[in-house]
Amino acid sequence: MRILLPLVVVAPLLFAALAVMAHGHRPIQRALSVIGVSVALAASVAVLIEVERNGPTAVTLGAWPAPVGITLVADLLSALLLVVGLVTVLAVLVFAVGQKGDDHLPAFHPVYLALVAGVSLSFITGDLFNLFVAFEITLVASYVLITLGGGRQQVRHGTTYVIINMLTSVAFLVAIALVYAVAGTMNMADLAGRIGVAPDHLRTALAMLFLVVFGVKAAVFPVFSWLPDSYPAARAPIVAVFAGLLTKVGVYSLLRVQTLLFPSDRPSVIFLTLAGFTMIVGVLGAIAQNDMKRILSFHIVSQIGYMILGIGLFTVAGIAGAVMFLIHQIPVKTSLFLVSGLVEESAGSTALDRVGGLVRRTPIAAVLFGLAALSLAGIPPFSGFVGKLSLVEAGFGAHAYVIVGVSLFVSLLTLFSMVKIWNGVFWGTAEQPMVPTVAPGTIVRTPRVMTGATVFLVSVTVVIAVLAGPIYELSVRAAEGLVDPSGYIDAVSRR
Amino acid sequence: MTVVMAAIVAVLFGTGVYMILQRTLTRIVLGMALLSHGANLLLLAVGGRSGIAPFIGIFGAGDRVTDPVPQALALTAIVISFAMTAFLLALAYRSWRLTHDDEVEDDLEDRRIARLARLGLLGDEEESDDSGGSDR
Repeated sequence: MRILLPLVVVAPLLFAALAVMAHGHRPIQRALSVIGVSVALAASVAVLIEVERNGPTAVTLGAWPAPVGITLVADLLSALLLVVGLVTVLAVLVFAVGQKGDDHLPAFHPVYLALVAGVSLSFITGDLFNLFVAFEITLVASYVLITLGGGRQQVRHGTTYVIINMLTSVAFLVAIALVYAVAGTMNMADLAGRIGVAPDHLRTALAMLFLVVFGVKAAVFPVFSWLPDSYPAARAPIVAVFAGLLTKVGVYSLLRVQTLLFPSDRPSVIFLTLAGFTMIVGVLGAIAQNDMKRILSFHIVSQIGYMILGIGLFTVAGIAGAVMFLIHQIPVKTSLFLVSGLVEESAGSTALDRVGGLVRRTPIAAVLFGLAALSLAGIPPFSGFVGKLSLVEAGFGAHAYVIVGVSLFVSLLTLFSMVKIWNGVFWGTAEQPMVPTVAPGTIVRTPRVMTGATVFLVSVTVVIAVLAGPIYELSVRAAEGLVDPSGYIDAVSRR
Repeated sequence: MTVVMAAIVAVLFGTGVYMILQRTLTRIVLGMALLSHGANLLLLAVGGRSGIAPFIGIFGAGDRVTDPVPQALALTAIVISFAMTAFLLALAYRSWRLTHDDEVEDDLEDRRIARLARLGLLGDEEESDDSGGSDR
């Protein structure tokens, strides 16, 4: 474990450095990227197996003992998210390599690997300040990726994204400073024991500050509007990896900090209200849009609401539902954006009135979209159904009937907007068609590598649906570890 | 000392927030810099009263020692905020090169709504013209 756990972060960083050195040699850069992510993925699978057998495990860095030095901790939640996240990252990387001209800039591969390192570090760090550093690594990489190419659109939308996130980072830093003033430590396991001595109102204020910080990262109502504004401007593989991972890192941090630092034994009205509004406002925004990428961006917001719902219940069943939902969302959301990339590649646009009839031209993209969209809407037997079912059951268990009703209603609206994409993109004809490049009726071949990567990721979501039983069991165990964090705290103090 | 520190942090945050509410990109950059300075000072302030340097051998058993952890945190935070400010400056420069304007452009969707409103107004006028014509 001493080598394997840090390797999840070190391997992408090391290969990022090598990729910088291989500047100008695209085939070498591609190989380095794929190897770097694969090594991290292999290490994360080994970590998952170890954690599943022997419980949470911790590694201290630089030979400083636990409360002072930085600790890396992997519990079941971290390990599960690492594996799912890295599988997704690998699929998107292959997609980007297959897409013509997407990795043509020498900066793409090193920055992409840095992003992977930042995301991995956020999942396994056991230190609040180190979580801030991990966020910054992820963010600065994402700043570069979202403005990659430096076109007018990218710069305009990237500016909003950069400023909002920098502001949130300052707020995070303030929250960290105040936590240190209260408890005198940054180690999360140590904080769990020490922050209890603080007066109630102080703890509530801190919890709300963290809710705002992670709420902006996760795009929770009412601080979500930056996301649908900035995401659609980026290229398909970049927005795919952002959609799949970045908001989910926010949700993970919220989950970790709320359960470890500010535990509660009854459902939180604030969380449930925010969850309800996030779901409804997100899905209504999606229905109002006329572009595939913009619809999907609003859906990111809407689906975050379900995870907040699970966290807000503060029961084992609720958190298990949130974890299950997270595991399902990462690949599903990413694959939907990859399909939008396939559509853009074959039709030249993702605006609903400019494309149409793609079911005949790219039948594979239509099938892939259909599978992922049904999964997102939560239609049985797909993975979204399992996630939503566990959340609904948890909601009934905690007697939170209103929010359960809202979540079911939002599912219907989700299905509606997916049908809207289906009608606009895959059926019918384009109202204001792009300049026709092919004769109608011919089948356009999107590059095989891109299609292959999307097929792989969609089949991952199908596998999640097939293995729903064991994965839900793991989610319940992860949730038990969050509600009663003694295993996590023991793992850190044993070091 | 702590009060002075708190006052400085408050002033930095206040001016920073005022600056980032402007539409000009250079002011936003400066505002972000002020805000991150405020946060860094806050990190230093939470370390409590200052004392003897925390080197083994310098301080004795009963001495007041400065808490080194917030200083380490502040140092890291300074490096990060420096890099971020540099990136934001580069972005602002790029934006200026592209648009020859320091202001943040309106969003695509805002422009679309503005256009729709204009078109809608135009449509209404046409309709009223038509109805006026039929009345005659």
